[in-house]
Amino acid sequence: MLAIEGLTKRYPTGDLALDNVSLTVPKGQVMALIGPSGAGKSTLIRCVNRLVEPTSGRVVLGETEITQLGDLALRRARRRMGMIFQEYALIERLTVMENVLSGRLGYVGFWRSWFRRFPLADIEEAFRLLHRVGLDHMVDKRADALSGGQRQRVGIVRALMQNPELLLVDEPTASLDPKTSRQIMRLIIELAKERGLSAIINIHDVLLAQQFAERIVGLRAGRIVFDGAPEEMTPEVLTRIYGEEDWSKTIRRDEDEESKDGGPTAVTDALKVVAAQ
Amino acid sequence: MPVITKANGARLWMRRSTAGDLATWFGWLLGVALTVVCFQFISEQTIWAFVWDAPRQAGDLLDRSVPPRWDYANELWKPMWDTINIATLGTLLAVLIAAPTAFLAAHNTTPSRVLVRPIALFVIVASRSVNSLIWALILVIIFGPGMFAGILAIGLRSIGFIGKLLYEAIEEIDPTQVEAVRATGASGAQVLVWGIVPQIAPAFAGITVFRWDINIREATVLGLVGAGGIGVQLEASIGRLEWEQVSMILLLILATVIVSEWVSARVRHAII
Amino acid sequence: MTTAALSFDARAAARAWRPPPLIESVWLRYTVYLGALLYLVVGLGSVEVNWVRAAEGLERGARFLAAFFPPDFVTHWFDIQEGILESLTMTVVSTVFGVILSVPFALGAARNIAPLPIYLFCRSVIAISRTFQEVIIAILFVAMFGFGPLAGMITLAFATIGFLGKLLAEDIEDIDPSQAEAVRATGASWFQLLAWGIQPQVLPRFIGLTAYRFDINFRESAVLGLVGAGGIGDTLNSSLDRYEFGTSAAILLIIIAIVLACEYASGWIRRAVQ
Ligand SMILES: Nc1ncnc2c1ncn2[C@@H]1O[C@H](COP(=O)(O)OP(=O)(O)OP(=O)(O)O)[C@@H](O)[C@H]1O
Ligand SMILES: [Mg+2]
Repeated sequence: MLAIEGLTKRYPTGDLALDNVSLTVPKGQVMALIGPSGAGKSTLIRCVNRLVEPTSGRVVLGETEITQLGDLALRRARRRMGMIFQEYALIERLTVMENVLSGRLGYVGFWRSWFRRFPLADIEEAFRLLHRVGLDHMVDKRADALSGGQRQRVGIVRALMQNPELLLVDEPTASLDPKTSRQIMRLIIELAKERGLSAIINIHDVLLAQQFAERIVGLRAGRIVFDGAPEEMTPEVLTRIYGEEDWSKTIRRDEDEESKDGGPTAVTDALKVVAAQ
Repeated sequence: MPVITKANGARLWMRRSTAGDLATWFGWLLGVALTVVCFQFISEQTIWAFVWDAPRQAGDLLDRSVPPRWDYANELWKPMWDTINIATLGTLLAVLIAAPTAFLAAHNTTPSRVLVRPIALFVIVASRSVNSLIWALILVIIFGPGMFAGILAIGLRSIGFIGKLLYEAIEEIDPTQVEAVRATGASGAQVLVWGIVPQIAPAFAGITVFRWDINIREATVLGLVGAGGIGVQLEASIGRLEWEQVSMILLLILATVIVSEWVSARVRHAII
Repeated sequence: MTTAALSFDARAAARAWRPPPLIESVWLRYTVYLGALLYLVVGLGSVEVNWVRAAEGLERGARFLAAFFPPDFVTHWFDIQEGILESLTMTVVSTVFGVILSVPFALGAARNIAPLPIYLFCRSVIAISRTFQEVIIAILFVAMFGFGPLAGMITLAFATIGFLGKLLAEDIEDIDPSQAEAVRATGASWFQLLAWGIQPQVLPRFIGLTAYRFDINFRESAVLGLVGAGGIGDTLNSSLDRYEFGTSAAILLIIIAIVLACEYASGWIRRAVQ
């Protein structure tokens, strides 16, 4: 379980990116974090594993208060949190296998990692996971030779190699086409469910969020303005999160179209339009 | 390029505005004046009679250096080998010192921006500002004549060159790759080796080979101040006015430089 | 899970996996490693260090370092001033001449605009200039023109031709042919082609390189004095010969200061034109 209490982050530039955010993510829950650009989504995720140092507030993972840890303990704690990035953030010049094994860096000593002498069990696990995501035939390919979807799958496997309790996912699909986006989201959810992981997923695509997450949190200007189930998303909620926009007109036009072919609900379609923006 | 609207409303296109025009001309004028004054200064130090005699001198020189003394080459293999060693070992020495210095100097990897970074930058600047021949001059006084001073001179000069280019490369790396490694719980040393080194490895190899290529040329003259290599023979031959030996030495240097350029081009091609 | 998934043997795959080697071919890899090791042994072995002499030298080195606190600008100020002035004037004149001359050489050395005989001639001049260290060239010019800054100036101008000529020629060879085509299509003459089709494309980099070369020329001018080609190098050399380390320190500091100023200025110019 992850508990965030009164988390505040003010960057040295003066931007208040997070303003007293409190949030609890129970074990095994997949939570989507939505909000306009600059709302502080990435900052929130990065404060959890302290890639960004929070200004004040507490982050507690299980029994560990992450915000209090010293260097060594923080590194130990980071092993328990797998991170997946928008631009994949693979080490471009290393092979797929090396990238995947880099997920074990927190567990092996310096010289072992230098000579790439990872324990056999780690390599085996890497092969199992790569096979699971359909990449076991390109273990020795260099990461910069992969397509976007393949890279993101390597990114997912790297995060899972850490054997984490929590996944921190920052816009996993922002650089991918709609079909691959869906596949990647499904993969993340499936794997999280299989292993009983909690996950925080930053995402711009509201429809995807609604489709895949059990819970949606809306962030605006560093504050939580919505926290509920996917079904509770209404045009009013969207206005609250993203600001004034003529949602109703969008809905009406969609309704017109639907009256002809009787498609999905108006709200879902409105969300589709939002997602497309 | 401004468009000027005249009083009668006609629009006139000109390359520069009038003020800009004036400034440009003034700049040119200043440049020319400076060059003339400087040339005057040089001219005062010159014995022009010698200069007018130059074509004859050049002809004479050519006469005396052709044909090269081919059998002298047998005495040159060892000095040439020394020259190559000075360049190579000097570059190696420089790499060993420059690589850590670059990490201390790059603002994204330095342990302290206030304390360590200025020191590292100073090392780089001091090394770069002093020519390797001057370094050699100083080192020969300290360690005595020989290759050792030459290697150190090449090394000391190259630290700044490699260090500067390398720390610029380090500052340009993609920070998210580093963050990703950090997020796995890797230690500081692991972040360096996994997150940063792979990103700068090609630049590092390219810079090193590039400097090695330059160092081969530099090493050919270190002997003039006694720091070993083929320059020693060059100095001696010139001192005794044995121009056919000088031309032999120059030919050998030419061949070596061509080979080294080929090698460095091959290596750079292989890593990019 | 499908049967294919079940039949995948991760353990066998893991056993078979090897970390990717730096060099693919086994044979080449070991040749390179062995060669490097062998070279290190032989190369280091060829270095003879007279440790007794070095130990004595360390004391002199300490004296040399101590001479920086404070350096002696006064005793030989006249010589220093003369040398620095010579170096600076050599730098200015040689850069100007070198840059002016490098343009025709670059044009001649660009395969896309020069006829073959001219191309070969220009390329060989550039190659000679780049092959030999400035000091070697200076020796020859001193023999021809006599001692003094003129020989140094000509040396640096010659080196500038090699440096700028090569880079500029490559730039000209790399220019976007469609822009030059467009100009040629208007019926422009060869000179108009240069002025409108090529010059705008290479000018900013050319100015930047000129500034950079000015910087290099000053550094080099500081050593040409060692072979009698004028400049501060001679003053420095004689001060070191006479063990007047205070004066040497002063000269070194002045050189470093000017180099830094040049570098700063050339960096500024390069940023301004880009
Ligand atoms: N390194 C930084 N230094 C200063 N300010 C920053 C930094 N990173 C983010 N900010 C500011 O903090 C605020 C929140 O940024 P953040 O990246 O968390 O937003 P986001 O919700 O992830 O946006 P996006 O959807 O565009 O990724 C913004 O106002 C941003 O300008
Ligand atoms: Mg973000």
